[in-house]
Amino acid sequence: MPGRKKDERAERAANLEAARNDPEALRAYAAGFDAARTDDVLADDIADEHERAALEKTWGDEPGFWGWLASTNHKTVGRRFIYTAFGFFILGGILAVLMRVQLSRPENNFIGPDLYNQIFTMHGTTMMFLFAVPVMEAVAVYVLPLMLGTRNIAFPRLNAFGYWMYLFGGVMLWIAFILNVGPDAGWFAYVPLSGPEYSPGKRVDFWAQMITFTEVSALVVSTEIITTFFKLRAPGMSLNRIPVFCWAMLVTAFMVFFAMPTVALASACLLMDRTIGTHFYNPAEGGDPLLWQHLFWFFGHPEVYIIFIPGTGFVSTILSTFSRRPLFGYTAVVLSLVSTGFIGFGLWVHHMFATGLPRMGESFFTGATIMIAIPSGVQIFCWLATLWGGRPKFKSPMMFVLGFFVIFVVGGMTGVMQGAVPVDLQVHDTYFVVAHFHYVLIGGAVFPLFGAFHYWFPKVTGRLLNERLGHVTFWIMFVGFNLTFFPMHILGLHGMPRRVYTYQPNLGWGDLNMLATAGGVLLTLGVLAFIVNALRSLRAGALAGASPWDAATLEWATSSPPPSYNFLYLPTVAGRDTLWEQPADRPVVTGLRSDTRQVLVTRVLDAEPDLKVEFPDSSIWPLLASLATTAMFIGSIFTPWAVPVGMLPIAVTLTGWFWPKKKLAEERPSPEIKKEHGETWMRLKEQEG
Amino acid sequence: MSARQTVDVSGLPTFAFGHRQLTWWCTLSLILMEGGMFVVLFGAYFFLRTPVPQWPPGVGYPQPFWGTVNLVLILLSCVPNYFQKRAAESLDLRGVRIWIAVLIVFALVATAIRFVEFGYLNCRWDQNAYGSAVWVIMGTHLLHLITDALDSIVLLALMLVGPVEGKRFVDVSENALYWYFVVGLWVPTYVVVYWVPRWI
Repeated sequence: MPGRKKDERAERAANLEAARNDPEALRAYAAGFDAARTDDVLADDIADEHERAALEKTWGDEPGFWGWLASTNHKTVGRRFIYTAFGFFILGGILAVLMRVQLSRPENNFIGPDLYNQIFTMHGTTMMFLFAVPVMEAVAVYVLPLMLGTRNIAFPRLNAFGYWMYLFGGVMLWIAFILNVGPDAGWFAYVPLSGPEYSPGKRVDFWAQMITFTEVSALVVSTEIITTFFKLRAPGMSLNRIPVFCWAMLVTAFMVFFAMPTVALASACLLMDRTIGTHFYNPAEGGDPLLWQHLFWFFGHPEVYIIFIPGTGFVSTILSTFSRRPLFGYTAVVLSLVSTGFIGFGLWVHHMFATGLPRMGESFFTGATIMIAIPSGVQIFCWLATLWGGRPKFKSPMMFVLGFFVIFVVGGMTGVMQGAVPVDLQVHDTYFVVAHFHYVLIGGAVFPLFGAFHYWFPKVTGRLLNERLGHVTFWIMFVGFNLTFFPMHILGLHGMPRRVYTYQPNLGWGDLNMLATAGGVLLTLGVLAFIVNALRSLRAGALAGASPWDAATLEWATSSPPPSYNFLYLPTVAGRDTLWEQPADRPVVTGLRSDTRQVLVTRVLDAEPDLKVEFPDSSIWPLLASLATTAMFIGSIFTPWAVPVGMLPIAVTLTGWFWPKKKLAEERPSPEIKKEHGETWMRLKEQEG
Repeated sequence: MSARQTVDVSGLPTFAFGHRQLTWWCTLSLILMEGGMFVVLFGAYFFLRTPVPQWPPGVGYPQPFWGTVNLVLILLSCVPNYFQKRAAESLDLRGVRIWIAVLIVFALVATAIRFVEFGYLNCRWDQNAYGSAVWVIMGTHLLHLITDALDSIVLLALMLVGPVEGKRFVDVSENALYWYFVVGLWVPTYVVVYWVPRWI
């Protein structure tokens, strides 16, 4: 009877309305019938609203300045990380322009030799330690949990700590520079020049301690990346379905593990040589300056790959999206990344060919150096095949990737050339080397990074960058880059040495230097165009929607910008190019609590659901711990007693960090202790009572 | 009845021991990076050894008595450490309290002996590169002893005053794993510092 049916509907609607504010009633309501599928959908929608509000309350940052300081959300920290690293990139870039102005004509007296020494040291140090490594980790901190389908990065408080350490280390170095105590012994601070005898004062000490800061930061972030990669993936994302960018960051994180402690140790020994009279690098007392070079380059060469491998991850991601097809040779690319990670540790001595090593050693390292071209070559051919078999769309992120191909291949070629000892000896310490590594680093890392900025900008901000201005940015940067650095190859072959503040007119280097300076100005304009584009788009860019590029990875399955909890329901994964391969109504994860920061832990190989663990709340303790550590690090530049004395506040803040909040802990008794270990739990309670 | 397909995880446990737990990966990371650092430290020691004819250069051999005492003590500490881990993994609060306390005593005594050891190295850190290397190797291991002793003290306090949760037992189990690493580091360190000068 139609009348009765109508009444029923009215009743349901009334119940639904009543249930709107009460999830329990809603569930009861939804369980009460199974006939009307449309109502099911409606009920789901209302349940979603409740879930959304609960999750936002649980995962959102606390309001106000305090909440801002205490945030442990990977997106908040990641954005901070990216902005800070970009700030250091601008600072390092300004120094580069100053150097180019000084070198634009012979016998220029714009900058004196002492300041010039500080500037080139600060430029290299800033770009390597304060920009290139941190910015790659920063992007990973933001993107990885989204790509892997979880709510936050593993060890979120450690993440906040890592950011603060990096910030304080960078700021310390720059304040020292502004106060004319900037390091002046080159970014690799060779002894004996950087030792106590030839670099009195505190300049090199600040450099050495900056290393400690940034290494602490890089190491903790790597720990988070590795744990997130192995344990926090969406159910079904087995190892062979993990996006290539995540693989790239995993390899990077492992390389950080073995490279960074070495340089931290080396710089600690340098600091001790300078402050408490140890003799690690002092040949008069049995020390050896070459020990520094070995330790530094055992870090320094892997460092290049620590910067470049994330770049290749960007390239694989962007290329696949805009070629509209899965990456060609996924397994080959991943294995190339891993083998690059291994071979990268066997090349460091090629930085030391000019130190007179045994012939056998030189031959070995020549072989290893040339060998690393193999995995890079495999990747390049896989990328070409992806392009070949796809339907490429030349959006601005894609343009940066194509620019990367050209620049990186040139840089790779000059790298292979220098792997040969005779060529290396000829061009050692000339502008040829400067040209080579800027081709590799700007080509291999900065161009993919700008591609990544253009690619993920809509995800982070919710708005698209202006496409036309993006293309303009690319072309200005591409032309500017080549104008700046290509002439340096020729200058180097003509014998122009690195790290000179000026040169004589009769050497004939003036014209090419002027050209390089003009290119430098153009490159700067390109970066400015990007900044203008970003600022304009932030206010007035077109709304991006969840997935503007129709890409395959999980970060595009949530809104732009993503909510504090990333996904309303954690997704499950059935294929490698998730969003392309699987239907939209793929099962989602339910049963995680939304009133505490519960996340799903999955198994290492096939990502089956395994545990529900609770992440800690936002906290001010990581900031306090990093302040205490900062005080100890800076203090130790001035007196060794800062180390034992400074340990105390660090211990106190770390204890505060780990100490659980009683109320919170009591609200969440671990149910399975009772369930699975009933007797033990009773005994435990008795003991406590 | 919901319209969407779901994977319900509400029945999963909230903690587990070993590699299923996130903290295990953090401990593993620490072990990897610090283990790597010790390898590099030893590498530096042998690098400095290579070019000089006599080792130790111009100073006497380190006297191994206190180092050996510490070796025995630190190896013995594996016993309370084993029981600490076992008690934690069977959620035995009383056992955990007792065995952490015993381990702390071992760690503190080992730390105290370490300070004595420095007096029997027969060199100073600022005497020559050999002295610098030996002091830094010994000091770095000392830092590990102190860190783990402090960590254990904080854990003991936590297990005494509460609130005790499942994941605290995981922390104890991880603490035990890390102590095994500190023990494992001391064996090669002891050999390099006290015996290598006599052998090569």
